[in-house]
Amino acid sequence: MRRVAVTGIGAISALGKNVAEFSAALRAGRPGIRPIELVDRSKLRFKNGAEVPGYRPEDYLSGKEANMIDRFAQFALLAAREAMAQSGLEKGDEALHRATVIAGSCVGGQSTEDDGFADLYLKGRPRVNPLTIPKTMANAGASRISLEYGVHGAVYTISTACSSSNHAVGQAFWAVRSGATDIAITGGSEAMFSMGILKAWEAMRVVSPDTCRPFSKDRRGLILGEAGAMLVLEPLDRARARGVRILGEIVGFGMSSDAHHLTQPSVEGPVMALEQALADAGLAPEQIGYINAHGTGTMANDPTESSAIRAVFGRHADGMPVSSTKSMHGHTLGAAGALEAVATLISLNEGFFPPTANFQEPDPECDLDVVPNEAREGVAEYALSNSFAFGGLNAVLVIRAPASL
Amino acid sequence: MSDDLTQRVIASIAEAQHMEPEKITIDSTFEELGIDSLDGINILFIVETEFDISIPDEAAQQIRTVREMVDGVEKLMAEKQASSAPSQS
Repeated sequence: MRRVAVTGIGAISALGKNVAEFSAALRAGRPGIRPIELVDRSKLRFKNGAEVPGYRPEDYLSGKEANMIDRFAQFALLAAREAMAQSGLEKGDEALHRATVIAGSCVGGQSTEDDGFADLYLKGRPRVNPLTIPKTMANAGASRISLEYGVHGAVYTISTACSSSNHAVGQAFWAVRSGATDIAITGGSEAMFSMGILKAWEAMRVVSPDTCRPFSKDRRGLILGEAGAMLVLEPLDRARARGVRILGEIVGFGMSSDAHHLTQPSVEGPVMALEQALADAGLAPEQIGYINAHGTGTMANDPTESSAIRAVFGRHADGMPVSSTKSMHGHTLGAAGALEAVATLISLNEGFFPPTANFQEPDPECDLDVVPNEAREGVAEYALSNSFAFGGLNAVLVIRAPASL
Repeated sequence: MSDDLTQRVIASIAEAQHMEPEKITIDSTFEELGIDSLDGINILFIVETEFDISIPDEAAQQIRTVREMVDGVEKLMAEKQASSAPSQS
């Protein structure tokens, strides 16, 4: 089996339009949670979200392209452009022709659908925009990336709610490791700020009325965030031969299904995914030095995730930083796994553990070192990134720091 | 507490749970009725629609019994009538 290097990362989120801005906000512990502007928040029970600030499609896309691509797929494409620029791979490269694109998304282009159906039902219009289908399809982001870079290999989308892009990156990792492909562009994107989608989340009663305080006793729920995040993966030997900067190595992936309840989390499911990931990496729990937690800030997730981490890591968890960057960039649903993998790679490259922001009061049920409010200097050799989805689907990535390669 | 309001709440729970209303009493707990968190938000949705009220998330989290649901709805109905009173006078 081949070793798998990360040679490019890209991110657009509430914390900025590129990886440099994302990294600066993570280090400063500066949340991107603000009053929602994309929809009329006076009609919502919650008022805050994590929108990409000042995003103008025309800064990146022609007018025609912007019109043809839903916001979620725009974010996928922009994150891929940043990651690809860093990797140095260019359209026309032989390996890129046979590459793989695996992109996750939870709601896909439902915002486009929401607008179109509002026209139909509210305004009594007899027809919807003919671009509704190609803009809405969950694979629109993956297909756009394929078009832009001339990727003719396996291109597909994984939609497993909040684990979508961890599943995507995990599949891409395995595809490169096994030799099924030499290059993978993988990640996820999400843009859920439309009235219908926000109302559906409101009805779930898991969105915080103020901000996101993961692991804090006074947490009141999650904050929704939009984002795109992508990674470029290739064999480590190939990356070394090209002389390109190596940002880290993906060394393991594990997944499981709770088979317990559609929305109530279990401890056993995440434990199994964590154990599978460690086994896939061939690592002992004591070798892990940081976890980027799923850490949604809901009443149900945080104690369950804490128990799962304690079950696998025992006393080692006493001294292991575990933080939730969702406290800053919000819960980006199908982009979460990829965005948090990028956050983890930043941690491993820049030598700091990003904090859990907005933290106020320890919760005995979340008995972990959650790096409250301020980033901490330090670097792990191996780190995990957790995603646990509605539907009971769990996915865990194991990433190795570049300094130890 | 009005019997009519209690019956409407019980009917809403019965509708959500696809069960006979006769099996639900004012003293039933949600646990006894097999109502989990996802069932709970569905019941809140049906009750909000039935009474045209909005039940805040944090009040909703406290509701564990039919009686607590009835009391909560009664309070919100009273507040709704109080806030609409000036326009009627």
